[in-house]
Amino acid sequence: MKKILFYTNQFFGQIGGEEFAYTEPFVEEGAKGPAMGLKAALPEAEIVATVICGDNYFAENVDKCKEFIQAQVEKYQPDLFVAGPAFNAGRFGIACGESCTLVQEDLGIPAITGMYEENPAVDMFKAYCKIVKTAKSAAGMKDAIAKMSALAGKILRGEKLGLPKEEGYFPMGKRVNVFHEKNGAVRAVEMLVRKLNGEPYETELEISTYEKVEPSAPLPDLKHAKIALCTSGGIVPFGNPDHLTAASAKFWKKYDLAGLDKLEKGKFESVHAGYDPVYANENPNRVAPYNVLKELEKEGEIGEVYPYLITTTGNSTSVADATRFGKEIAEDLKAAGVQGVILTST
Amino acid sequence: MVLELRKIAIRSIEFGSPARIEGDKLIVDPDEMKEWMLEDSRIKNVSFDIALPGTSTRILPVKDVIEPRAKQEGETFPGLFREDMEEAGSGVTYCLDGCVVTTTGPIVGFQEGVIDMSGPAAEYNVYSKLCHLVMILEKQDYVDPHEHEEVVRLAGIKLARKVGELAFPCENYTTETYEWGNIGENYNAYPDLPRVVYVYNCMSQGLLHDSYFYGRDSKIIVPTMLTPLEVFDGALVSGNCVSPGSKTTTYMHQNNACIKELFKHHGKDFNFVGIVLCPLMTTLKEKFRNRMLTVRQVKMLGADGALISQEGFGNPTTDLMIVCQELERNGIKTVIITNEDAGIDGMSESLPDSVPEANAIVTTGNSNATLMLPAMDKTIGVLKDIERVCGGNVNSIQPDGRLLIEIHGIMGGHNLQGNTLVGAVTI
Repeated sequence: MKKILFYTNQFFGQIGGEEFAYTEPFVEEGAKGPAMGLKAALPEAEIVATVICGDNYFAENVDKCKEFIQAQVEKYQPDLFVAGPAFNAGRFGIACGESCTLVQEDLGIPAITGMYEENPAVDMFKAYCKIVKTAKSAAGMKDAIAKMSALAGKILRGEKLGLPKEEGYFPMGKRVNVFHEKNGAVRAVEMLVRKLNGEPYETELEISTYEKVEPSAPLPDLKHAKIALCTSGGIVPFGNPDHLTAASAKFWKKYDLAGLDKLEKGKFESVHAGYDPVYANENPNRVAPYNVLKELEKEGEIGEVYPYLITTTGNSTSVADATRFGKEIAEDLKAAGVQGVILTST
Repeated sequence: MVLELRKIAIRSIEFGSPARIEGDKLIVDPDEMKEWMLEDSRIKNVSFDIALPGTSTRILPVKDVIEPRAKQEGETFPGLFREDMEEAGSGVTYCLDGCVVTTTGPIVGFQEGVIDMSGPAAEYNVYSKLCHLVMILEKQDYVDPHEHEEVVRLAGIKLARKVGELAFPCENYTTETYEWGNIGENYNAYPDLPRVVYVYNCMSQGLLHDSYFYGRDSKIIVPTMLTPLEVFDGALVSGNCVSPGSKTTTYMHQNNACIKELFKHHGKDFNFVGIVLCPLMTTLKEKFRNRMLTVRQVKMLGADGALISQEGFGNPTTDLMIVCQELERNGIKTVIITNEDAGIDGMSESLPDSVPEANAIVTTGNSNATLMLPAMDKTIGVLKDIERVCGGNVNSIQPDGRLLIEIHGIMGGHNLQGNTLVGAVTI
């Protein structure tokens, strides 16, 4: 028989209300509280134990509580970890999210919980565990347990899960490739017919709206400023010693240009697959204009040029990776006292 | 205008002499083909190979894939070889259905890809189901990269046309007939149905990022109307554009999946009234100009709806989005096709640009996702080039011969006229 380890708080664990919110975690054999409903709905599984913990205690002692849960997982060796449902309870939601994330991500055992869509823990943890959509309050307990049991049953039986909306959990936000029966053109024209007829249709990709980057205020005094050169145009030392990829870069590099006045042909080259590199290889300064910066430095227009080339390939690089590069590069430049950056793209 | 496509089904290829078609077998003569190719003195050496579906064969780096097509009167691929040219898209065109000319040889740039004739990569594209006559081309040393691209492009098209001529005596063909009227006739054909225009994006950004329209580089044209029949006849030729996954090869132009599908619904669900070719340029000013000129022509055609196909990703996503936005602002209901770069783990934002009006999107999958390909018994081309192409890296070749690549690296792996079954969902 498959084994489930259950997690709940002081209230649903029937210890008491807010006055028991500092209860330290403990474990009881068998099903307690909402686990009883799960037990009834899943005769093929056994609720081996229930961990109960006060919400305030968890919030203020996250690491200790996770250690306790990990010890119980090691002891009971469950096939599935179920927490909550937490409905709209903020602290309980975080406790469910933290414990499920620990079990799913670190211990590699499937973990599910349930929450109301406005519970802040949904956005914090949906990427790491399956959070079933529930009503706002415990009045929706019956429905929540029914949905969580159905999902738990499928996971325990090793059945292939449908899409999040079919299974009733919040999408983790992960895009995975699938093979359709109809090719993209067939689907596109069918979608167009529905759109033209005013019939419902479903886009295959929800558009994100991006954070707009506000340009910084101009530097008040360029003559005493330290300026750095960054490019996403894939300019690297000739031979590409660090194997920067032609597309989908996973890192950025910083190359020492001390003593150079320009990027010479044959000493630097482009590895970027997103544009015609012939002219950049002829004169790498076309993409990374280090020569002009050095001239301006000589003329006194710029206080100082940061003597490095900071470079990556901006071709097909994911927004997540690009955002990370930006943060890392900014940290490096701030530490070096750089006040302004010329960032070239292709 | 009426175009009849005479399709001769080809299911295998062999070397032999004289070159001919026997039943569904194409027989070609390597010596004769070599002679044709060496007429271009910029070619130092050329050899040929055959790759058939289901075999343990890998081709890379692939530059272009072309379906052999030829005409007895008029010409296919007009504007490439002769000074004079006629409008394409009428008369009879012979097509070798199920077979392609595929060009490979030393790499020109980073945009050349992989075709596997079996294994997991074969699920991703239509090429793996076709019989490939592979041409391995080596240029003369003095030929620079831009000319190298031209040499391989013209050689591929020339061979496809020559091989297509072998179909002239064939009698075992099926036919597809397409008719196309002038703007007024098309507009009035189905007065009760909404009118639909196809916006045909094509890359126009330099070496290995160009397309050719009647032989002219699409960088130096403005958005223009064209007929679907011209497209079938090779008025559009690939400049071996962009990364392998999204490269609109000449084959994908000749067999444009959007056009085929629009014709299927034409006269039933809507009235397909025209195509506007929109070059995807590098600078913002050009993007805004081409948006204005494209949308203007879609409006001139009286469209109620539009389908936009894509080529490439990154800066071309901006073209896709702003054209979509402007069409919607003009009350033209629009569906777009795109791929996604959602990161290896699928957790990143999918697109580098977006507009809220893009509310009807078909996706051909997350191109950053990786795939482990088994070693193949035979490689045609240069395996090591995988390290330099889009979708590959220096660690792609595994010690046991397997190949780790992103979907980007598979030719047609996320074809943006939607000629693939791959898509993506959020879990």
